[in-house]
Amino acid sequence: MVVTYNNFQQAKFLTSSNGISGYFFENFAGVFQVFDLKKANTELAEENAELRTALQHYQLRGTNNSKSSYLTERNPLIAMTRDSLNKIVYFFTTARVINNSVNQRHNFLTLNKGRNQGVKADMGVVSAGRVVGLVTNVGDNYSTVISILNERWKLSAKIKRNDFFGSLSWNGRDYRKVQLNEIPYHVPVQNGDTVVTTGFSGSFPEGLEIGIVSEYSLGSGSNFYKIDVDLAVDFRSIVQVALVENRQLKEINKLESLNNDGK
Amino acid sequence: MVNNLLKYSLIFIVSVLLQVLVLNHILIFRMISPFFYLIFLLLLPYDTPRAMLIFLGFILGLSIDAFTNTLGVHAAVCVVIGFVRPAILNKISTRETRESVSAPRISTMSLNWFISYTAIFVTIHHLLLFMLEAFTFQGFFFTLIRAILSGILSIVLIVISQFLFFRK
Repeated sequence: MVVTYNNFQQAKFLTSSNGISGYFFENFAGVFQVFDLKKANTELAEENAELRTALQHYQLRGTNNSKSSYLTERNPLIAMTRDSLNKIVYFFTTARVINNSVNQRHNFLTLNKGRNQGVKADMGVVSAGRVVGLVTNVGDNYSTVISILNERWKLSAKIKRNDFFGSLSWNGRDYRKVQLNEIPYHVPVQNGDTVVTTGFSGSFPEGLEIGIVSEYSLGSGSNFYKIDVDLAVDFRSIVQVALVENRQLKEINKLESLNNDGK
Repeated sequence: MVNNLLKYSLIFIVSVLLQVLVLNHILIFRMISPFFYLIFLLLLPYDTPRAMLIFLGFILGLSIDAFTNTLGVHAAVCVVIGFVRPAILNKISTRETRESVSAPRISTMSLNWFISYTAIFVTIHHLLLFMLEAFTFQGFFFTLIRAILSGILSIVLIVISQFLFFRK
Protein backbone atom coordinates (compact mmCIF):
# COMPACT_ATOMS: atom_id res chain seq x y z
CA MET A 1 0.00 0.00 0.00
CA VAL A 2 1.18 3.48 -0.77
CA VAL A 3 -0.50 4.92 2.27
CA THR A 4 0.61 3.20 5.42
CA TYR A 5 0.18 4.04 8.99
CA ASN A 6 2.10 2.29 11.65
CA ASN A 7 0.61 -0.31 13.96
CA PHE A 8 1.04 2.33 16.65
CA GLN A 9 -2.45 3.18 15.61
CA GLN A 10 -3.75 -0.16 16.73
CA ALA A 11 -3.58 1.12 20.25
CA LYS A 12 -7.24 1.97 20.04
CA PHE A 13 -7.66 2.25 23.76
CA LEU A 14 -7.30 5.69 25.32
CA THR A 15 -7.18 7.97 22.35
CA SER A 16 -8.85 11.32 22.16
CA SER A 17 -11.82 9.73 20.36
CA ASN A 18 -13.06 8.43 23.70
CA GLY A 19 -16.02 10.00 25.41
CA ILE A 20 -14.37 11.87 28.26
CA SER A 21 -11.64 13.71 26.44
CA GLY A 22 -14.03 14.22 23.52
CA TYR A 23 -16.45 15.90 25.89
CA PHE A 24 -13.83 18.31 27.20
CA PHE A 25 -12.52 19.14 23.76
CA GLU A 26 -16.01 19.64 22.38
CA ASN A 27 -16.88 22.12 25.10
CA PHE A 28 -13.65 24.05 25.18
CA ALA A 29 -12.64 24.05 21.54
CA GLY A 30 -15.05 26.87 20.85
CA VAL A 31 -13.26 29.24 23.19
CA PHE A 32 -10.08 29.30 21.15
CA GLN A 33 -11.60 28.75 17.75
CA VAL A 34 -13.39 32.09 18.02
CA PHE A 35 -10.12 33.70 16.99
CA ASP A 36 -9.97 31.66 13.79
CA LEU A 37 -13.60 32.09 12.83
CA LYS A 38 -13.06 35.13 10.66
CA LYS A 39 -10.53 33.30 8.54
CA ALA A 40 -12.66 30.15 8.45
CA ASN A 41 -15.58 32.24 7.25
CA THR A 42 -13.59 33.77 4.42
CA GLU A 43 -12.34 30.37 3.36
CA LEU A 44 -15.83 28.92 3.35
CA ALA A 45 -17.15 31.86 1.34
CA GLU A 46 -14.36 31.44 -1.19
CA GLU A 47 -14.98 27.74 -1.49
CA ASN A 48 -18.68 28.41 -1.88
CA ALA A 49 -18.05 30.90 -4.66
CA GLU A 50 -15.79 28.46 -6.44
CA LEU A 51 -18.28 25.64 -6.15
CA ARG A 52 -21.08 27.91 -7.39
CA THR A 53 -19.07 28.78 -10.47
CA ALA A 54 -18.37 25.11 -11.02
CA LEU A 55 -22.04 24.32 -10.60
CA GLN A 56 -22.96 26.78 -13.34
CA HIS A 57 -20.54 25.16 -15.72
CA TYR A 58 -21.94 21.83 -14.71
CA GLN A 59 -25.52 22.86 -15.42
CA LEU A 60 -24.46 24.41 -18.70
CA ARG A 61 -22.90 21.16 -19.76
CA GLY A 62 -26.15 19.39 -18.98
CA THR A 63 -28.25 21.66 -21.18
CA ASN A 64 -26.39 22.37 -24.37
CA ASN A 65 -23.56 19.86 -24.18
CA SER A 66 -20.92 22.56 -24.46
CA LYS A 67 -17.46 21.34 -23.59
CA SER A 68 -16.34 23.03 -20.43
CA SER A 69 -12.75 22.46 -19.51
CA TYR A 70 -13.39 24.26 -16.24
CA LEU A 71 -14.76 21.14 -14.63
CA THR A 72 -11.84 18.90 -15.30
CA GLU A 73 -9.10 21.44 -14.76
CA ARG A 74 -10.19 23.86 -12.11
CA ASN A 75 -12.17 21.90 -9.63
CA PRO A 76 -11.15 18.36 -8.85
CA LEU A 77 -13.74 18.19 -6.12
CA ILE A 78 -16.41 18.00 -8.75
CA ALA A 79 -14.63 16.49 -11.70
CA MET A 80 -13.01 13.52 -10.08
CA THR A 81 -15.76 12.29 -7.84
CA ARG A 82 -17.35 10.45 -10.75
CA ASP A 83 -15.91 7.35 -12.29
CA SER A 84 -16.08 6.27 -15.90
CA LEU A 85 -19.44 4.60 -15.39
CA ASN A 86 -20.73 7.99 -14.29
CA LYS A 87 -21.34 6.73 -10.83
CA ILE A 88 -20.52 8.88 -7.83
CA VAL A 89 -17.73 7.29 -5.83
CA TYR A 90 -16.77 9.92 -3.27
CA PHE A 91 -19.19 11.31 -0.73
CA PHE A 92 -18.58 14.34 1.44
CA THR A 93 -19.81 15.24 4.91
CA THR A 94 -18.62 17.91 7.29
CA ALA A 95 -17.27 17.85 10.83
CA ARG A 96 -15.88 20.33 13.32
CA VAL A 97 -12.34 20.09 14.62
CA ILE A 98 -12.47 20.00 18.42
CA ASN A 99 -8.82 19.31 19.09
CA ASN A 100 -5.71 19.79 17.02
CA SER A 101 -2.01 20.02 17.65
CA VAL A 102 1.03 21.04 15.64
CA ASN A 103 3.62 20.93 18.41
CA GLN A 104 4.37 17.21 18.51
CA ARG A 105 6.13 14.76 16.26
CA HIS A 106 2.93 12.77 15.94
CA ASN A 107 0.02 15.14 15.60
CA PHE A 108 -3.63 14.18 15.57
CA LEU A 109 -6.93 16.00 15.22
CA THR A 110 -10.15 15.13 16.99
CA LEU A 111 -13.48 15.60 15.21
CA ASN A 112 -16.93 15.95 16.75
CA LYS A 113 -18.44 13.12 14.72
CA GLY A 114 -18.10 9.38 15.19
CA ARG A 115 -19.60 6.02 14.36
CA ASN A 116 -23.12 7.16 15.17
CA GLN A 117 -22.80 9.93 12.61
CA GLY A 118 -21.46 7.58 9.93
CA VAL A 119 -17.73 8.21 10.22
CA LYS A 120 -15.57 5.24 9.33
CA ALA A 121 -11.85 4.55 9.58
CA ASP A 122 -9.82 5.41 6.46
CA MET A 123 -12.05 8.29 5.42
CA GLY A 124 -10.05 11.20 4.03
CA VAL A 125 -10.20 14.59 5.75
CA VAL A 126 -9.97 17.79 3.74
CA SER A 127 -10.25 21.48 4.53
CA ALA A 128 -11.54 23.69 1.72
CA GLY A 129 -10.53 20.99 -0.77
CA ARG A 130 -7.03 20.58 0.65
CA VAL A 131 -5.66 17.47 2.32
CA VAL A 132 -5.58 17.45 6.12
CA GLY A 133 -5.36 13.80 7.16
CA LEU A 134 -6.97 10.40 7.46
CA VAL A 135 -9.49 9.08 9.99
CA THR A 136 -7.83 6.44 12.17
CA ASN A 137 -9.82 5.76 15.31
CA VAL A 138 -13.58 6.09 15.49
CA GLY A 139 -15.48 6.34 18.76
CA ASP A 140 -19.23 6.51 19.18
CA ASN A 141 -19.45 10.28 18.85
CA TYR A 142 -15.89 11.38 18.15
CA SER A 143 -13.09 10.33 15.85
CA THR A 144 -9.38 10.96 15.63
CA VAL A 145 -7.56 11.93 12.49
CA ILE A 146 -3.89 11.33 11.80
CA SER A 147 -2.66 14.62 10.36
CA ILE A 148 -0.14 15.10 7.55
CA LEU A 149 1.97 16.52 10.37
CA ASN A 150 2.66 13.08 11.75
CA GLU A 151 5.91 11.27 11.10
CA ARG A 152 4.11 7.96 11.01
CA TRP A 153 1.91 8.72 8.04
CA LYS A 154 2.94 8.73 4.41
CA LEU A 155 0.70 9.90 1.63
CA SER A 156 1.07 9.27 -2.06
CA ALA A 157 1.37 12.56 -3.94
CA LYS A 158 2.29 13.79 -7.39
CA ILE A 159 3.45 16.93 -9.10
CA LYS A 160 0.41 18.25 -10.88
CA ARG A 161 2.30 19.59 -13.91
CA ASN A 162 3.91 16.31 -15.00
CA ASP A 163 2.17 13.58 -12.98
CA PHE A 164 5.33 12.11 -11.46
CA PHE A 165 4.44 10.70 -8.09
CA GLY A 166 6.31 10.09 -4.85
CA SER A 167 5.56 9.74 -1.19
CA LEU A 168 4.84 12.68 1.05
CA SER A 169 5.87 12.68 4.69
CA TRP A 170 6.75 15.10 7.48
CA ASN A 171 10.15 15.37 9.13
CA GLY A 172 8.79 16.67 12.41
CA ARG A 173 10.24 20.16 12.19
CA ASP A 174 8.20 22.93 10.62
CA TYR A 175 4.43 22.62 10.75
CA ARG A 176 4.13 24.60 7.53
CA LYS A 177 6.33 22.32 5.41
CA VAL A 178 6.19 18.67 4.41
CA GLN A 179 8.66 16.68 2.31
CA LEU A 180 8.02 14.98 -0.99
CA ASN A 181 10.38 12.06 -1.56
CA GLU A 182 11.10 9.51 -4.27
CA ILE A 183 10.84 11.90 -7.20
CA PRO A 184 13.64 10.70 -9.52
CA TYR A 185 16.32 13.15 -10.63
CA HIS A 186 15.36 13.27 -14.32
CA VAL A 187 12.00 14.85 -13.54
CA PRO A 188 11.81 18.60 -14.15
CA VAL A 189 10.82 20.23 -10.85
CA GLN A 190 10.26 23.94 -10.32
CA ASN A 191 9.59 26.13 -7.33
CA GLY A 192 5.89 26.88 -7.33
CA ASP A 193 4.80 23.52 -8.73
CA THR A 194 1.54 22.36 -7.21
CA VAL A 195 1.59 19.03 -5.41
CA VAL A 196 -1.67 17.08 -5.44
CA THR A 197 -3.00 13.68 -4.35
CA THR A 198 -2.73 10.67 -6.66
CA GLY A 199 -5.85 8.86 -5.57
CA PHE A 200 -3.90 5.61 -5.24
CA SER A 201 -4.86 5.17 -1.64
CA GLY A 202 -8.55 5.35 -2.37
CA SER A 203 -9.19 7.62 0.58
CA PHE A 204 -8.82 10.81 -1.43
CA PRO A 205 -10.02 11.69 -4.91
CA GLU A 206 -7.25 12.35 -7.40
CA GLY A 207 -6.01 15.91 -7.72
CA LEU A 208 -6.75 17.40 -4.30
CA GLU A 209 -4.27 20.15 -3.52
CA ILE A 210 -1.67 19.48 -0.84
CA GLY A 211 0.74 22.35 -1.28
CA ILE A 212 3.31 24.14 -3.39
CA VAL A 213 6.97 23.26 -3.95
CA SER A 214 9.02 25.82 -2.06
CA GLU A 215 12.49 24.34 -2.25
CA TYR A 216 14.15 21.38 -3.91
CA SER A 217 17.64 19.98 -4.04
CA LEU A 218 19.48 16.97 -5.33
CA GLY A 219 21.96 15.51 -2.89
CA SER A 220 25.30 14.53 -4.41
CA GLY A 221 25.08 10.96 -5.65
CA SER A 222 21.39 10.80 -4.87
CA ASN A 223 18.86 9.54 -7.38
CA PHE A 224 15.99 11.36 -5.78
CA TYR A 225 15.12 14.96 -5.11
CA LYS A 226 14.61 16.38 -1.66
CA ILE A 227 11.55 18.54 -2.08
CA ASP A 228 10.02 20.85 0.51
CA VAL A 229 6.34 21.51 0.04
CA ASP A 230 4.57 24.49 1.60
CA LEU A 231 1.25 23.18 2.92
CA ALA A 232 -1.88 24.75 1.47
CA VAL A 233 -3.71 24.23 4.76
CA ASP A 234 -2.81 26.36 7.76
CA PHE A 235 -2.88 23.67 10.43
CA ARG A 236 -3.04 26.17 13.24
CA SER A 237 -6.42 27.49 12.26
CA ILE A 238 -8.51 24.58 11.07
CA VAL A 239 -12.07 24.88 12.29
CA GLN A 240 -14.30 23.05 9.86
CA VAL A 241 -13.33 20.06 7.72
CA ALA A 242 -14.98 17.79 5.18
CA LEU A 243 -14.84 14.01 5.39
CA VAL A 244 -14.45 12.10 2.15
CA GLU A 245 -15.86 8.63 1.92
CA ASN A 246 -14.98 6.32 -0.92
CA ARG A 247 -17.89 3.94 -1.24
CA GLN A 248 -15.73 1.54 -3.20
CA LEU A 249 -12.84 1.47 -0.76
CA LYS A 250 -13.89 -1.89 0.67
CA GLU A 251 -13.85 -3.49 -2.74
CA ILE A 252 -10.50 -1.93 -3.61
CA ASN A 253 -8.93 -3.11 -0.37
CA LYS A 254 -10.34 -6.60 -0.78
CA LEU A 255 -8.96 -6.81 -4.29
CA GLU A 256 -5.55 -5.45 -3.32
CA SER A 257 -5.25 -7.80 -0.36
CA LEU A 258 -5.38 -10.69 -2.84
CA ASN A 259 -2.04 -9.49 -4.21
CA ASN A 260 -0.52 -9.45 -0.75
CA ASP A 261 -1.65 -12.97 -0.01
CA GLY A 262 0.35 -14.24 -2.95
CA LYS A 263 3.49 -12.42 -1.70
CA MET B 1 -6.03 14.51 55.36
CA VAL B 2 -9.33 14.96 53.54
CA ASN B 3 -8.38 18.57 53.10
CA ASN B 4 -5.11 17.53 51.47
CA LEU B 5 -6.84 14.98 49.26
CA LEU B 6 -9.22 17.65 47.99
CA LYS B 7 -6.43 20.15 47.46
CA TYR B 8 -4.22 17.81 45.46
CA SER B 9 -7.14 16.44 43.43
CA LEU B 10 -7.92 20.01 42.49
CA ILE B 11 -4.29 20.70 41.51
CA PHE B 12 -4.31 17.49 39.47
CA ILE B 13 -7.47 18.35 37.53
CA VAL B 14 -6.56 21.98 36.97
CA SER B 15 -3.02 21.21 35.79
CA VAL B 16 -4.17 18.46 33.39
CA LEU B 17 -6.95 20.58 31.92
CA LEU B 18 -4.72 23.65 31.67
CA GLN B 19 -2.15 21.53 29.85
CA VAL B 20 -4.43 19.82 27.35
CA LEU B 21 -6.87 22.64 26.69
CA VAL B 22 -4.55 25.64 26.64
CA LEU B 23 -0.84 24.96 26.76
CA ASN B 24 -0.83 22.15 24.19
CA HIS B 25 -1.86 24.72 21.61
CA ILE B 26 1.11 26.93 22.29
CA LEU B 27 3.96 26.76 19.84
CA ILE B 28 6.48 29.60 19.90
CA PHE B 29 9.05 30.01 17.12
CA ARG B 30 7.63 26.78 15.69
CA MET B 31 9.46 24.70 18.29
CA ILE B 32 8.78 25.72 21.89
CA SER B 33 5.84 24.17 23.73
CA PRO B 34 5.64 24.07 27.52
CA PHE B 35 4.67 21.09 29.70
CA PHE B 36 3.28 22.63 32.82
CA TYR B 37 1.38 19.65 34.26
CA LEU B 38 4.55 18.37 35.94
CA ILE B 39 3.81 20.88 38.70
CA PHE B 40 1.45 18.35 40.27
CA LEU B 41 4.30 15.93 41.01
CA LEU B 42 6.52 18.77 42.23
CA LEU B 43 4.03 20.06 44.79
CA LEU B 44 3.22 16.74 46.51
CA PRO B 45 4.19 16.61 50.22
CA TYR B 46 7.69 15.56 51.27
CA ASP B 47 6.50 12.42 53.00
CA THR B 48 4.64 10.98 49.99
CA PRO B 49 5.87 7.37 49.69
CA ARG B 50 7.77 6.46 46.54
CA ALA B 51 5.17 3.86 45.48
CA MET B 52 2.49 6.54 45.72
CA LEU B 53 4.59 8.98 43.67
CA ILE B 54 5.10 6.39 40.94
CA PHE B 55 1.42 5.52 40.92
CA LEU B 56 0.32 9.16 40.77
CA GLY B 57 2.92 9.82 38.08
CA PHE B 58 1.49 7.01 36.03
CA ILE B 59 -2.08 8.28 36.40
CA LEU B 60 -1.02 11.84 35.60
CA GLY B 61 0.93 10.80 32.51
CA LEU B 62 -1.84 8.55 31.31
CA SER B 63 -4.42 11.34 31.60
CA ILE B 64 -2.24 13.59 29.46
CA ASP B 65 -1.68 10.74 26.99
CA ALA B 66 -5.40 10.15 26.65
CA PHE B 67 -5.85 13.73 25.48
CA THR B 68 -2.81 14.00 23.22
CA ASN B 69 -2.87 10.58 21.53
CA THR B 70 0.63 9.74 22.72
CA LEU B 71 -0.20 6.53 24.51
CA GLY B 72 2.44 5.79 27.13
CA VAL B 73 5.00 8.54 26.45
CA HIS B 74 3.96 10.96 29.19
CA ALA B 75 3.09 8.07 31.52
CA ALA B 76 6.59 6.61 31.20
CA VAL B 77 8.29 9.96 31.81
CA CYS B 78 6.14 10.78 34.83
CA VAL B 79 6.81 7.37 36.35
CA VAL B 80 10.53 8.11 36.07
CA ILE B 81 10.00 11.49 37.76
CA GLY B 82 8.04 9.82 40.56
CA PHE B 83 10.83 7.30 40.98
CA VAL B 84 13.70 9.79 41.23
CA ARG B 85 11.92 12.47 43.27
CA PRO B 86 12.65 11.16 46.79
CA ALA B 87 16.36 10.64 46.02
CA ILE B 88 16.79 14.11 44.53
CA LEU B 89 14.80 15.78 47.31
CA ASN B 90 17.06 14.10 49.86
CA LYS B 91 20.07 15.53 48.06
CA ILE B 92 18.86 19.13 47.77
CA SER B 93 17.10 19.68 51.09
CA THR B 94 18.02 19.12 54.69
CA ARG B 95 16.27 16.81 57.10
CA GLU B 96 15.12 19.74 59.24
CA THR B 97 13.25 21.49 56.44
CA ARG B 98 11.67 18.24 55.38
CA GLU B 99 10.38 17.69 58.89
CA SER B 100 9.29 21.23 59.61
CA VAL B 101 7.65 21.99 56.25
CA SER B 102 5.07 19.69 54.75
CA ALA B 103 5.47 20.31 51.03
CA PRO B 104 7.85 22.19 48.69
CA ARG B 105 6.43 25.67 48.17
CA ILE B 106 7.93 28.97 47.26
CA SER B 107 6.39 30.48 50.38
CA THR B 108 8.20 28.14 52.72
CA MET B 109 11.45 27.67 50.81
CA SER B 110 13.52 30.36 49.14
CA LEU B 111 12.92 31.47 45.55
CA ASN B 112 16.36 30.24 44.50
CA TRP B 113 15.78 26.87 46.02
CA PHE B 114 12.41 26.49 44.32
CA ILE B 115 13.78 27.50 40.92
CA SER B 116 16.62 25.00 41.07
CA TYR B 117 14.24 22.32 42.38
CA THR B 118 11.88 22.94 39.45
CA ALA B 119 14.76 23.16 36.99
CA ILE B 120 16.15 19.74 37.93
CA PHE B 121 12.85 17.93 37.42
CA VAL B 122 11.80 19.88 34.35
CA THR B 123 15.16 19.12 32.73
CA ILE B 124 14.86 15.38 33.37
CA HIS B 125 11.24 15.40 32.27
CA HIS B 126 11.71 17.37 29.06
CA LEU B 127 14.86 15.58 27.89
CA LEU B 128 13.22 12.19 28.37
CA LEU B 129 9.93 13.32 26.89
CA PHE B 130 11.33 14.82 23.70
CA MET B 131 13.73 11.93 23.17
CA LEU B 132 10.98 9.36 23.67
CA GLU B 133 8.65 11.29 21.41
CA ALA B 134 11.19 11.50 18.61
CA PHE B 135 12.49 7.98 19.31
CA THR B 136 15.40 8.48 16.93
CA PHE B 137 18.80 10.12 17.00
CA GLN B 138 18.13 11.66 13.64
CA GLY B 139 18.06 15.41 14.17
CA PHE B 140 19.35 14.92 17.71
CA PHE B 141 20.34 18.55 18.19
CA PHE B 142 17.00 19.83 17.00
CA THR B 143 15.31 17.64 19.60
CA LEU B 144 17.79 18.76 22.24
CA ILE B 145 17.26 22.45 21.54
CA ARG B 146 13.50 21.97 21.54
CA ALA B 147 13.70 20.22 24.89
CA ILE B 148 15.92 22.89 26.46
CA LEU B 149 13.96 25.90 25.21
CA SER B 150 10.62 24.32 26.10
CA GLY B 151 12.07 23.46 29.50
CA ILE B 152 12.96 27.08 30.17
CA LEU B 153 9.41 28.16 29.36
CA SER B 154 7.98 25.42 31.58
CA ILE B 155 10.18 26.48 34.50
CA VAL B 156 9.08 30.10 34.10
CA LEU B 157 5.41 29.07 34.02
CA ILE B 158 5.69 26.83 37.06
CA VAL B 159 7.50 29.48 39.11
CA ILE B 160 5.05 32.19 38.08
CA SER B 161 2.11 29.96 38.98
CA GLN B 162 3.60 29.71 42.47
CA PHE B 163 3.35 33.46 42.86
CA LEU B 164 -0.17 33.53 41.49
CA PHE B 165 -1.90 30.61 43.20
CA PHE B 166 0.11 29.35 46.14
CA ARG B 167 0.82 32.56 48.02
CA LYS B 168 0.28 32.29 51.71
